[in-house]
Amino acid sequence: MNAPNGHALSVRGLRAVRGTVEVLRGVDVDVARGETCALMGLSGAGKTTILRSVAALQSFSAGTIGVGGFELHPGPVPPESRLREFRRKLGLVFQSHALFEHLTVLDNVTLAPMHVLGWPRSRADEAAMKLLGSLGIAERARAYPREISGGQAQRAAIARALAMDPLVLLMDEPTSALDPARRGALGETLRALAAEGRGLLISTHDLDFVRGFADRVVILADGLVMETGTPKEILDNPRHPATRALISNS
Amino acid sequence: MFATRKRDELNAFSVRLAVAAALCAACTSGPGTSRTPSPPLRWGGDAEGGAPFVEADPADPSRVRGFDVEIAELIAKGLHREPQFVQVAWASIQQSVERGDFDIGLSGVEERPDLAAQHALTLPYYEFQEVLAVRPSDTARFRKLGDLAGHRVATLGSTIAYGLLLDEQKRSGLIPVSYDDDVHPYSDLVAGRVDGVLLDNIIADRSLRRTGGFVIQRDPIAPAFYVGVMARANSALRDSVNRILLDGMRDGSVERIMRKWNVWTDAQAMYVNGLLTARTTDSTAGTLPAQGAARATVASYIPSLLRAAVITLLLSCVAMALAVAMGLLIAAGRVYGPLALRVVLAAYVEVIRGTPVLLQLFVLYYGLSSVVRLPAMLAAILGLGLNYAAYESEIYRAALEAIPPVQLEAARTLGLSEMQILRLVRGPQALRLALAPMTNDFVALLKDSSLVSVITVVELTKQTAIYATNIGSWVVPGILCSFVYLAFSLPLSRFARRLERRWSMS
Repeated sequence: MNAPNGHALSVRGLRAVRGTVEVLRGVDVDVARGETCALMGLSGAGKTTILRSVAALQSFSAGTIGVGGFELHPGPVPPESRLREFRRKLGLVFQSHALFEHLTVLDNVTLAPMHVLGWPRSRADEAAMKLLGSLGIAERARAYPREISGGQAQRAAIARALAMDPLVLLMDEPTSALDPARRGALGETLRALAAEGRGLLISTHDLDFVRGFADRVVILADGLVMETGTPKEILDNPRHPATRALISNS
Repeated sequence: MFATRKRDELNAFSVRLAVAAALCAACTSGPGTSRTPSPPLRWGGDAEGGAPFVEADPADPSRVRGFDVEIAELIAKGLHREPQFVQVAWASIQQSVERGDFDIGLSGVEERPDLAAQHALTLPYYEFQEVLAVRPSDTARFRKLGDLAGHRVATLGSTIAYGLLLDEQKRSGLIPVSYDDDVHPYSDLVAGRVDGVLLDNIIADRSLRRTGGFVIQRDPIAPAFYVGVMARANSALRDSVNRILLDGMRDGSVERIMRKWNVWTDAQAMYVNGLLTARTTDSTAGTLPAQGAARATVASYIPSLLRAAVITLLLSCVAMALAVAMGLLIAAGRVYGPLALRVVLAAYVEVIRGTPVLLQLFVLYYGLSSVVRLPAMLAAILGLGLNYAAYESEIYRAALEAIPPVQLEAARTLGLSEMQILRLVRGPQALRLALAPMTNDFVALLKDSSLVSVITVVELTKQTAIYATNIGSWVVPGILCSFVYLAFSLPLSRFARRLERRWSMS
């Protein structure tokens, strides 16, 4: 995590088109090291498009995305061979977890260290068990994804993303399938991850979760950032109509 | 009103019908003028055998011609019946006549002891010679079968010649190669796939005229005879046919037919003379020379069936391994490759799936023989393997495309290369989806492997057919053969179901 001074993640003037519709119309988002930033907006506001663009899973038409000194530029997604350095700096936890169904939890976590970093199995296993232990699911390491609960699957997916020790962690709707107790536990986990110096960008609808655990919130509507600030500033005293709509909708 | 008129009409029609029937009966049973029309004499032959035996008439392909056709006409005339040709595969003539498809089979049917034990045979109407054909450069080297120790010698399966080769195999180690037709033994001789061909002189002469490129050794290997074959129970017809044939030999009709078709030989003349002389002194007309036929026991065929079963299993396993490997490459090419490659691979899959595997085997083995001379077993493996690769590739392609895109994206965000994603994530998951259809395909391939007998590989079904022909029944060989196929396929299906349960992703 040798991030340069400044932001872990820096998105500038991001524009993206889906079909003939411009879904992002010049978005600026910065996430500092150690910061948990929540991306909020009604469905269709462009949250997922930002996450997917930042994760280099889809192309964007204008702007830049900088992660720890590595920059993505407009145009088609570069071939994976040119993204290796970038991938190591950024992890993504999918809303559906997307654990590899044919591998145990442990093998899900060790896959990238062994095959991308070339670690021997013993080292990868040791590091993975440590991670799973810190997330509280070490005892499920030998289970297959179909054998574990939703909350366990989410922590397994976080462990898998963290195995490469990324500077930036993106999470898509992490609380959508969690009960309130689990949400609290997840929030504590994320707070600890941020405390290690990572930047966290989290797309969510969950106002309580944002109030409890986010350092900053970015309100998105119609492909533009409407306002940004601490959850207290933005959510307790909503000024922008988009924010008010968001709050009244939830 | 209408109903009444209708009934009247019906009554009138019934009366006319009854009168007509009575008149007909009077005609047919009346003395002198007319006899009961005999049913036609249905005779079976294989027009694929060609001239001079039986061939489609070039002037009218719906008719047949040849010396066997004229012998059939001679017999039919003697029986006061109309000859009616029934097309039947040469190797099935005996079974077909026994089940009543026709009255008599005539198509270069050889007089074999096992045949005489199971069916009613006519007396031989033609003596031919088993002759050895070799390449011109081997004329001095290979004069008789004993000279061909360790060499491959081709012939038709289930023939006297094949029996001679099997005997020679035991004596000198010659390698018999069985074919399903009489054209390819000679083309393979010229191509160098085999070093000799043992077949009837008529067939050898015909091939020499048509294709050439070989020589027929002057000294024949053994004499043999053509006969007509009838159902075992049909001895009455046999006796009538024998009388007609003898009459035909006596009055020169048989000689005229054979001369017309250019197959009258000194040996045939001597045979006919000898037969006629014997018939005048010996009154036991209709009986044949003693046959040393012994019905083969089931046990004696078991070792050869097991050997053939091993060949079937080996062939299927290697062909399937090739199909899986090729299928994976084709599927990967179609999913990941550039457009040009995708088009080429799609064309391959469509051509292979759209044409019969039998045709592909022929093209591979015979069609390409001028370019590359594949050994039969290799051609069989390649033929089946390349054919099934097309089907496997579609299974894998569908399975690869069934993997949810988010799984691939998850792998991408971890920094795995596309190759690693295929190898570590997409491939293994797709394999689990493909397992059930793959097992089905392997069981299908196991059975399709029986097709390779057309390119001279004697596998389980072919060996069973040989066995069935020899003992004249499909019951025991059929049951044995089915048992072996089931013994292969049932455990395989069970194994696949177990794996599938273990890998179940639900």
